[in-house]
Amino acid sequence: MANKVLVRQEFKVVGTRPIRHDGTDKVTGRALYGGDFSLPGMLYGKVLRSPHAHARILSIDTSAAEALPGVRGVVTAKDLPRPEEGIADVGEGAVNLRFLSDNILASNKALYKGHAVAAVAAVDAHTAEAALALIKVDYQVLPAVVNVREAMKEGAPILHESLRTDAQGQKGTTPTNIASRIQFAKGTLEQGFAQADVVVEREFETATVHQGYIEPHNATGLWSSDGQVTIWCSTQGAFTVRDLVSQILRYPVSKIKVVPMEIGGGFGGKTVVYLEPLAALLSRKTGKPVKLVMTRTEVFEGTGPTPAASMKVKMGATREGKLTAAEASFAFEAGAYPGSAVGAGCMCAFAPYDIEHGKIDGYDVVVNKPKAAAYRAPGATQTGFAVESVVDELAEKLGLDPIAFRMKNSAREGTRRIDGPIFGVIGALDCLEAARASDHWSSRLEGPNRGRGVASGFWFNIGLQSSCTISVNADGTVNLVEGSADIGGTRASIAMQAAEVLCLRAEEVKPTVADTDSIGYTQVTGGSRTTFATGWAAYEAAHDVLRQMKERVAKIWEANPADVTYEEGVFGVKGDPKMQMAFRELAGKLNHTGGPIVGRATVDPKGQGGAFATHIADVEVDPETGKVKVLRYTTVQDAGKAVHPSYVEGQMQGGAVQGIGWALNEEYFMTPGGTMANTSFLDYRMPTTLDLPMIETVIVEVANPGHPFGVRGVGEVPIVPPPAALANAIRRAVGVRMTRLPMSPGAILKEMGTV
Amino acid sequence: MATKHHVVTRVNGEEVEFLCEARHSLLEALRETLGLTGTKEGCLDGNCGACTVTLDGRLMDSCLVLAVEAHGREIQTIEGVASPQGLHPVQQAFLEEAALQCGICTPGFIVSAKALLEREPNPTEERIRWWLAGNLCRCTGYDKIVRAVVDAAARMAEVKG
Amino acid sequence: MAIVYIPALMRGLTGGAEKVTVPGSSLRQVIHNLEAVYPGMQARLLQGDDLSPALSVAVDGEVVRLGLLAPVGEQSEVHFLPAMSGG
Ligand code: FES
Ligand code: FES
Repeated sequence: MANKVLVRQEFKVVGTRPIRHDGTDKVTGRALYGGDFSLPGMLYGKVLRSPHAHARILSIDTSAAEALPGVRGVVTAKDLPRPEEGIADVGEGAVNLRFLSDNILASNKALYKGHAVAAVAAVDAHTAEAALALIKVDYQVLPAVVNVREAMKEGAPILHESLRTDAQGQKGTTPTNIASRIQFAKGTLEQGFAQADVVVEREFETATVHQGYIEPHNATGLWSSDGQVTIWCSTQGAFTVRDLVSQILRYPVSKIKVVPMEIGGGFGGKTVVYLEPLAALLSRKTGKPVKLVMTRTEVFEGTGPTPAASMKVKMGATREGKLTAAEASFAFEAGAYPGSAVGAGCMCAFAPYDIEHGKIDGYDVVVNKPKAAAYRAPGATQTGFAVESVVDELAEKLGLDPIAFRMKNSAREGTRRIDGPIFGVIGALDCLEAARASDHWSSRLEGPNRGRGVASGFWFNIGLQSSCTISVNADGTVNLVEGSADIGGTRASIAMQAAEVLCLRAEEVKPTVADTDSIGYTQVTGGSRTTFATGWAAYEAAHDVLRQMKERVAKIWEANPADVTYEEGVFGVKGDPKMQMAFRELAGKLNHTGGPIVGRATVDPKGQGGAFATHIADVEVDPETGKVKVLRYTTVQDAGKAVHPSYVEGQMQGGAVQGIGWALNEEYFMTPGGTMANTSFLDYRMPTTLDLPMIETVIVEVANPGHPFGVRGVGEVPIVPPPAALANAIRRAVGVRMTRLPMSPGAILKEMGTV
Repeated sequence: MATKHHVVTRVNGEEVEFLCEARHSLLEALRETLGLTGTKEGCLDGNCGACTVTLDGRLMDSCLVLAVEAHGREIQTIEGVASPQGLHPVQQAFLEEAALQCGICTPGFIVSAKALLEREPNPTEERIRWWLAGNLCRCTGYDKIVRAVVDAAARMAEVKG
Repeated sequence: MAIVYIPALMRGLTGGAEKVTVPGSSLRQVIHNLEAVYPGMQARLLQGDDLSPALSVAVDGEVVRLGLLAPVGEQSEVHFLPAMSGG
């Protein structure tokens, strides 16, 4: 049961495991999350949601609700600015804005059960809820389509009359549910398959699953009489909330301040807005602060799940085990509005391998389900499940060891991907090697109905903008201000990078996550970017502090700034070993030697370096019930450099377990009419302590040349391999090849032919 | 306005009184009326454990208890776990083992784990997993939480000597 | 001359060619020169004066962050990829 770190480069602070700065507040219940926030005189809001998956809204009568004692205001889509008006660009931009706005409050059609149609503010939540029942909505119910394959068929109910398929910039001519089509092609497919001795072709399906963060969405809005809007909420990106609210309400960003509260999980699901514009609108209407918190059912029915997918994968290999060709078609459910992550899914699908001939088709398809949101490595888990299952089957057919087969075909520096670009320094092969060398792989797995599976995965990671300031305190510590919501210990991993530069201890750098008025633009905590990009901003800001400190020392000593050195926390002058001043001593002198020192930096880095992972799973399948027990699980991942290894392990373990849940249990059970039948945690079964073994980790460190400490993002890729690793293990345990997620007991029994 | 009930109870060792409606849950009274927002809300139907407290020493999902039921009882919440002398060993173990990521589930886990260790000072991993099965965590995969509880047991044994 | 990889569904405009070479030291120039040889390209890649929001561009394997201002080297490879976000 080991957690291993295969360290290649050592630093003083980076790579250690200090206690996180916000930890004490979080173990004592003192940390304030969005739902914990309140203001004097605050009202409570509730949202009325469509009971139909697809319906035209003929009229909404809010008069009875408004007349209920305690109700202070009601809003509907009429209270939102019409996106078509006053926008210069009446093309794509207006359409997207209309979609964005309609997902906040439906204007003429409700497109999924749970789609918001009105919101009420009242003196308390119970009154607001009672008022919802008094709103009369006249619906004309329309046939719904809740499955991607059905939605693509000729004659399927159409969600958006105006939607035309966009094929990489070329528009279709007829109404459709296929919002876009994308294709990647490299080499000559026929030639590739002609070279193959073995070809495997299979179809796969995955169900809609939810990010499942424990904290429901929440927002508190205050529209002040001077026109200033403040929103307190739990979000992955305060600036993104500001941008989206500004677009939806047509209100200048300068008049909107977003205060990020602590956030109880996001995984991609809190990179978009739902309640934030409503809180602002209701506050404008009532003149009071208004707070809204979703119920769990609202979270399932009204917020972004991850797309269900229908997929086909065909791969060929020679007898010697060389992959020659790969072809795939991936159709993703975008939910009610276009924009699933099918593009990223296509690009990640075959990324772990070097394949000369390939073609990938992707389809983004609207269906009557909530609009999909990002979920950890968006798109890659679905396509990875399909591809890694086929890779496993090829290895089996060729009689090759699954890791050796993957190693033989592994992508490496210089490999050209099917989507075109060439990989830089990557750790794909290193992960496979570390997996093969792990205790787990060399251990024996014995007993009936048991099997071991392996699978790899890839995620790009993203860079994007971050800002940071660092001010020096008189006692030699520093305060660091940044704008990245801390969902899993990033205050620490960012502060540690500044500490490394400044030769301070992690505890001597005190990080604060600031609101949108108090720090420069910073993108979402998502895309595995925070430790990479905001950490980089902290690194640069720390260097800015050092530069100014050196100038100050030079001034005090009347030396040349270029001759000032800084080593082990002490300033010195080249050629004069007697001159020495500790960081702390200088810090104490700042105010009377020229004033305080504040370092600052903004970054928009590229070079984030992709992340690879390889997972090993041992399972036992109960032949009577079909239940899969995970006996042992190991995650191997290239972190570039693990800044705080404990939290890297935490990401690997948490991601793997979300993948295990996706693989084995989780699913939106949809009625044919489009109602989700399992909207509580009792029926939407996420993994509990009892469902799991310890999750072993091996951190591989193939330094990312694009980052000062070699950091790569770590948060997302661990969710990619589990479904295929488990499917491959199940295959070895009981001989069936599962091609649909979730691999629930019933599905497995059916496949085994026992029911 | 619905009729309000007068409830007198003890929270974290101190007597408190408040007014509530019959439909209010204990969770709502703690968070909204008493301002004790350390007890979290994740589902409101007893399935996540974020709202775990003890009522007369028994673990409860406070979203499933009516506020009026607290009358004359003794409630312990996360706010009462640390003392002026410092953190409870379970809290310290969670910090050192990095057993929290977003932290929303953490108060519930700490209250549950403390209750376990007060009854059974030396539980096995399996026993810990059984005991904590009512608390959901979506971030950690539970590994580090289970380790933290094992570690806390060792710390508590040391304190006792 | 930069080597531009043409997205699969746009290869109709290049007579099926997977990659073409065009001069240009910025992305703006490259797209402009592409349009001169393969009319219709620009409309598929740009929206107004900017890169289409559905796209991102990789120069030499790295997604660039400067839009049309992105520098393009003598031997650079240019790829048009779908825009991506993360979880
Ligand atoms: S809020 Fe009480 S169990 Fe989830
Ligand atoms: S730490 Fe986020 S739910 Fe447990």
